[in-house]
Amino acid sequence: MAKVIVNAVVNGEPVEFFCEPRQSLLEVIRDVLLLTGTKEGCNDGNCGACNVILDGVLVDSCCVLGVEAQGKTVETIEGLAGTDGDLHPLQRTFLDLTGLQCGICTPGFIVSAKALLESNPNPSEHEIRLGLSGNLCRCTGYDKIVLAVQEAGKMLTEAKR
Amino acid sequence: MIDFDYAVPTSLSEAVSLMGSNGGSARMLAGGTDLLIMMRAGRRLAKLVVDAKSVPELNELSLTDSGLNLGAATSCKRIWDDEPVVQAYPALNDSASIIGSVQIQGRASVGGNLCNAAPSADCTPTLIVHSGVCTIAGPNGTRQVPVEEFCTGPGTNVLQPGELLVNIKLPSAPTNSGAHYLRFTPRNEMDIAVAGSAAFVQLDESKQNFASARISLAAVAPTPLFAKAAGDLLVGKPVNEESIQQAAEAAKAVAKPITDMRGTVDQRIHLVGVLTARALRKAVERAREA
Repeated sequence: MAKVIVNAVVNGEPVEFFCEPRQSLLEVIRDVLLLTGTKEGCNDGNCGACNVILDGVLVDSCCVLGVEAQGKTVETIEGLAGTDGDLHPLQRTFLDLTGLQCGICTPGFIVSAKALLESNPNPSEHEIRLGLSGNLCRCTGYDKIVLAVQEAGKMLTEAKR
Repeated sequence: MIDFDYAVPTSLSEAVSLMGSNGGSARMLAGGTDLLIMMRAGRRLAKLVVDAKSVPELNELSLTDSGLNLGAATSCKRIWDDEPVVQAYPALNDSASIIGSVQIQGRASVGGNLCNAAPSADCTPTLIVHSGVCTIAGPNGTRQVPVEEFCTGPGTNVLQPGELLVNIKLPSAPTNSGAHYLRFTPRNEMDIAVAGSAAFVQLDESKQNFASARISLAAVAPTPLFAKAAGDLLVGKPVNEESIQQAAEAAKAVAKPITDMRGTVDQRIHLVGVLTARALRKAVERAREA
């Protein structure tokens, strides 16, 4: 099928790209836009490794078509750090508290945690485990991820004061 | 994924025309959390994917004097984000907030959950106990089908080639009524019901007797099941544990589950009894608070 032109805003920048209707947003992000921070895990909506924020809504980008991004904003892991390279508090706490091991699930966890903290800036351990239940990690056992999210929540709340 | 064309109609008539002119080879896309996965696996094929999300009627979520208009493409997230809807239909929130994860609920639609016609669909029993009615549009006009008659088997429904689900209308909840949906899953989250039960009750003015009741079951038959007799026997009965257990036993009697990787026939029938009693107790609690 013919490729179509899609206009979207990715990490704050307007972009125009060609894609086939059958390409998922995940494929477009990685293979067309070359933003390889977003990972493919299960490719069927179970693991959360491909999480991005589409028009303010956390989604599994493997379950979205690239053409659906027309006119929408997309936030990927690459958009979290400041332009000067300053890490987002979640990136900082995942590093400081060792919230990762092999790292494949990490971008998805961080994007998912960002969406969680935006709706609930000071979540309990239970709320974090519930909120991140769509993200799977086979290395850490989750405890350090929960701690990293709690800590980042505190940092973000402090920064707002 | 096998190649297909993609269209974004902006009106219902355009959507109907696209679905109609492509016979059985067009598919509606709402959240895509079932459709795209199945297309990738080759279990569903489409020459044309019709995006439902720019058609106003398919995305309506509005409370009116007569009830709730739930556009077929409305996401689960839009339901739990809408406080008046959650207040008016808490059982719908029970269902919409347990399907998959947050990232699935951001996309997955209630109408898609119904059309996908899984016996374990969490929204469908709730729509059934709320006496939901589906509006279906197609080349020959529109028709109405009660939700309990919509699914015809695992993965199949009453939609004919070229037809699409427009919305589900729930009548407004009467006074002294309440509803609840719950399911049993081994995991707390990201799991599929071994069995589920939804209950709707309306109490009399004293709130001591059942005026009417509807019960519906998930994952214990080839389709979501309307346990009509179980609800009907409560009419006029006092609200007490004996009545609730009678209804739970009647629900067990109509369950026709299978043994599979999620559970056995015996376990599922037992669960129907436990879950139906719990659904009724919570529905009564909500009716008394209302």
